[in-house]
Amino acid sequence: MSALLDARGIMRRFGGVVALDGLDLQVAPNEIVGLIGPNGSGKTTFFNVLTGIYPADAGRIEFAGNDISDAPPPAIYRAGIARTFQRSRLSLPLSIFDNIMIGNHKRLSQGLWFNLVRRDDFRREFEANLEAARALVTVFEPQLANRLFDPVAGLPMIDRRRIEICRALISAPRLLLLDEPSAGMTHEETTALMDDILLVRDRNKDLTIVIVEHEMNVIERITDRCVVLNFGRKIAEGRYREVAADAQVQEAYLGAA
Amino acid sequence: MSASEPARKIVGLGWWPGVAAIALAAVYVIALLAAEKQNLIIALLAIGIVAVIGASRFGLLAPVTHSFAWHENGMAFAALVSAVVVAGYFHDEHFVLLLVVTVLLMTVATLGLNIQFGYAGVLNFAGASFFGIGAYTSAVLNGTGFPSILVPLVGGVASALVGCMLLLPVLRTRGHYAAVVTIAFALLFKTFLEVNDVLGGPQGLQVKGMTFLGWSFNDNVEIGPVTFSFYWSYFIVSLALLALAFVLVRRLERSWIGLNLDALRLDETAAACFGLSTTRWKITAFLIGNVLIGVAGALFGMVGGFVGPNNYSFADSLILVSILLLGGIGNPWGLIVGTFIVIVVPEKLQTIQEYRFLLFALLVIGVLLFRPEGLLPRTVRRYFPGVRT
Repeated sequence: MSALLDARGIMRRFGGVVALDGLDLQVAPNEIVGLIGPNGSGKTTFFNVLTGIYPADAGRIEFAGNDISDAPPPAIYRAGIARTFQRSRLSLPLSIFDNIMIGNHKRLSQGLWFNLVRRDDFRREFEANLEAARALVTVFEPQLANRLFDPVAGLPMIDRRRIEICRALISAPRLLLLDEPSAGMTHEETTALMDDILLVRDRNKDLTIVIVEHEMNVIERITDRCVVLNFGRKIAEGRYREVAADAQVQEAYLGAA
Repeated sequence: MSASEPARKIVGLGWWPGVAAIALAAVYVIALLAAEKQNLIIALLAIGIVAVIGASRFGLLAPVTHSFAWHENGMAFAALVSAVVVAGYFHDEHFVLLLVVTVLLMTVATLGLNIQFGYAGVLNFAGASFFGIGAYTSAVLNGTGFPSILVPLVGGVASALVGCMLLLPVLRTRGHYAAVVTIAFALLFKTFLEVNDVLGGPQGLQVKGMTFLGWSFNDNVEIGPVTFSFYWSYFIVSLALLALAFVLVRRLERSWIGLNLDALRLDETAAACFGLSTTRWKITAFLIGNVLIGVAGALFGMVGGFVGPNNYSFADSLILVSILLLGGIGNPWGLIVGTFIVIVVPEKLQTIQEYRFLLFALLVIGVLLFRPEGLLPRTVRRYFPGVRT
């Protein structure tokens, strides 16, 4: 079976700090992979390199058979990779609907003539997208579906997370990157959010997920496989239980005994 | 309402509070423009401020806001009618009409600036320079036989083309640095005009008036016993231009393009991660904005009959930006109000003429402190207002 995502020998330095030190990572189609490791081990940097925010200093990334090593963020999104951010990056003054539509950029007609003059056609496209956004939001929180035109600024953290995930999912990506979706939420909220994510995946079997997470019960419950990073290198890989029992992993988290 | 049900129109909700507010505003504007004595003008301004604050205290503004939000087309029509009524009242008073036309054209320019700065977040501190490029275009083209009705279009294109020169440095810099690039351009532009004899040097150039099918805009119009000032012709054209610019800006905002520009302004990195080409949309916003500014400038050159380097200085660009901050970034209605205040108040209050920049500075600081989103803040985007979704 060929991997959906195939990253080999990824290097990324920030000045003297080596954030990614020859990282290899393969993700199979329809897999849920957990990316774990102590703070500063390079998890978020990997996401940022993968989505083109920073170029890799060395290495090669293939997605669905295409080389995306040097592609800029918009091209990577168009190829079918969508992400959430560790610190929420919603546009707070905009409505829930607007924020979700930002994630649907590639499927919206972008022509000036279409948008400014052909208002009837625009209206049909708008209404179709409104229904799509409403249906997606309803999976996560039916209450929010009635408030699609409220500004995001007034919403609690849990709802912002949901909207961020909806923004990433609305364009039906093949690979979803979740960067610490549980950050800033209670244990119960996290559990509910993960159930919703699994529900979305049950409806869309083609969705592959890579998740960075510190809540180990989340990792245990939803991932098929875990990859452990330390100092920008992969130190272990396998099912959560095997990985958690690994001596090197325990050392990375707890320090040498 | 179920998700599958199509959008439904709201019927029977009040449009009349908005119409009443527009009518009151028209009466107030007539009174203010007609007043000559300084004491009376100061009293009128005080009454205006107290009335607005009072109305907001007693909750009278909420229904007005509602009318504007749900019946915008009706409100826009009422505003057009009241503008014609105001200009009709002053049909033979050159100076007042010139003031009204100035407000209309400056509003068009700030609408352009609003696309750049208010939506896309591309700072432009050279607004007056691009306005000037439009005006100089009319100075050069009018009288050469080129149909003067098309000159404003050429002015808009010229302003966009010169803007292209700025694009490269603006795209390579971010935030404040891009702003500094435009400031440098504003200063260079004025110097360029001053030393360039072809364009009249420091003395500037005369601009011939607009002619259309052999009829000169610079002649008074006699209809029966009533004489209409020649500014009336310019008033009609300027009002039409403002209406057009207003519709353009509204449609732009209420489309995916408006959404793109907002996403660009609020978080460039996140927007890029969702496929947005920051370069493409910055260029789009900058050029459309410049076209509006240039068209308004070209018409303004003809109205004033004269262009000179001192009319298009960096200080004038700052006035345009202060209108944006004062009126409400992103809200076209706010820009009309803001432009009116910034243009008309110092003209009428002759006593403060010398201190007008001081007044603007205080006004802008006051607004930023107490109403940071401007007098009429922008509201959340409704793609089809008046339709419940």
